[in-house]
Amino acid sequence: MAIRLFRRKEEGEKRIKIPEGMWIKCDACLEIIYKPEVERNLNVCPKCNYHFRIPAMERIRSATDEGTFQEFGDDLESVDMLTFTDTKKYTDRLKESKKKTGRKEAVITGTAKINGIDIVLSVLDFEFLGGSMGCVVGEKVAASAEVARELARPLLIFSASGGARMQEGTLSLMQMAKTSAALARLSDDHLPFISVLTDPTTGGVAASFAMLGDIIISEPGALIGFAGPRVIEQTIKQKLPEGFQRAEFLLEHGMIDMIVERTRLKPTLTQILRFLARTSPQGS
Amino acid sequence: MILQYLDFEKPIIDLENRLEQLRRVDDGTDKNLREEIAKLDKKIGKIRKEVFSNLTRWQITQLARHPNRPYMLDYVNLCFKTFLEIHGDRAFRDDPPVVSGFAELEGERVLIIGQQKGRNTTEKIRRNFGMANPEGYRKALRVMKLAEKFRLPVITFIDTPGAFPGIGAEERGQSEAIARNLLEMARLKTPILVVVIGEGGSGGALALGVGDEILMMEYAIYSVISPEGCASILWRDTARAETAAEMMKITAVDLKKFGVVDRIIPEPLGGAHRDHKAAADVLKIAMVESLSSLRGLPIPQLLDRRYAKYRDIGLLKRKAGSTG
Repeated sequence: MAIRLFRRKEEGEKRIKIPEGMWIKCDACLEIIYKPEVERNLNVCPKCNYHFRIPAMERIRSATDEGTFQEFGDDLESVDMLTFTDTKKYTDRLKESKKKTGRKEAVITGTAKINGIDIVLSVLDFEFLGGSMGCVVGEKVAASAEVARELARPLLIFSASGGARMQEGTLSLMQMAKTSAALARLSDDHLPFISVLTDPTTGGVAASFAMLGDIIISEPGALIGFAGPRVIEQTIKQKLPEGFQRAEFLLEHGMIDMIVERTRLKPTLTQILRFLARTSPQGS
Repeated sequence: MILQYLDFEKPIIDLENRLEQLRRVDDGTDKNLREEIAKLDKKIGKIRKEVFSNLTRWQITQLARHPNRPYMLDYVNLCFKTFLEIHGDRAFRDDPPVVSGFAELEGERVLIIGQQKGRNTTEKIRRNFGMANPEGYRKALRVMKLAEKFRLPVITFIDTPGAFPGIGAEERGQSEAIARNLLEMARLKTPILVVVIGEGGSGGALALGVGDEILMMEYAIYSVISPEGCASILWRDTARAETAAEMMKITAVDLKKFGVVDRIIPEPLGGAHRDHKAAADVLKIAMVESLSSLRGLPIPQLLDRRYAKYRDIGLLKRKAGSTG
């Protein structure tokens, strides 16, 4: 379920983090690009349209109205219930991720407005242990669905995750059931759930809430799938076709509603929310 | 069925064979022989108890995957009076790793759905080693809806290494198929009883595993990823599977503690594979008990209970003094 992920480039080549300085190299086209220009473009390469992975807070900034985001659920932290150690202790991995991201967990939940429309949102952060879903992520995503239900507001979830968190064992698997159960209740109340898939969305996150949107949107080029490409290659002992498990492949196979570029996301969300909100039983 | 054995079973099997030989020559006249048989019998009992009361999680993993272990259809034959298989997802094809149909449990009608591994090579290939494609999960969902419509309870049997990781499976939406089942099972308006009989492999197992009560056979396993998969990712070495099995705590006893499983079904001494009938008899009694208590609940209460069960699952800490 939890799988290892590879970038589209050849293996072994380290992912280029956006360094300090004015010029950076694009992960995809390897062109040297002007950093402020990339940032203005919401971290999309102006040369090749490659969508850089971005931290959760940045995503919230780019998709919601300024100053409207109010976080809830940031009092939750993971516990090491299995006293799990692989090459590192799980507790150390958590500490490192906290330090790296300044966040307590791999998801941020809260309320916000999009062009004045009230929403509830969950945003996964790939920088925090690969956006993996352990008990805290499951709890917060489920809670966001419940809050949306209580407030009778649409729910928006941005996914970016390798899947369930191995270090929390079978309990992390159960978070797939927990989040899906919460979404079932939201759906019973006729409230919209929009799922936005970003690079990557795989494993237990893809196989639970991410694929349950009334509307599923993906960023261009995002890797989306149940099993990781390497696992599939090893199983079937074949090379995978070009573009396999990319957003465009999923659109072609009828698995997602649309691919929307980051710069066009906010207006598109607004349009969908306005359309669906009309049939939502606001306050009923 | 050819009896196969695991490394740690070998000393027991060797002694059993020896006992079998002695019994064959015993005509009731040789007092010494009788004594030796009695002694050997006692010794086997002692060794078996020793081995089976100190099983490691990796040994339990091997038992869960034992080639002689009873599979879904073995339990179906042994526990249910009638079985009428129904096929297909009505959209793409029938997926043989998932079996479903009408059955009768002590006179009560139930719909059963489960994963079937193959016993011999031909059957293994036909059943895709128990790894379902999306259409298998969609068939399962269709049958669950049928159960809801006709107000019949559902029993599911879990025994899979995982959902099939293949090109076609991805093209046809493996993740969506699993996710859909999780959502629909959470709100299905009929009792769902889940039995983990062998390998509970990840999301592919959970896609049949959301229910009101979860039973787990004593030597079954249930995990977020296979020990081999976990080892390959975290240690980059599948040989560390044994360590991974220990780390992830995937046995019935572990999962009962974590609240993932409600009830452990004891297996005959030496494991279910040593006596299919005895294993099935114990399971049957448990299924009858569980179903009759679930049947007594009004549907809204059943659904609230099911929701609360999954809503509460998990361990975390809440820091005082923070917002939210």
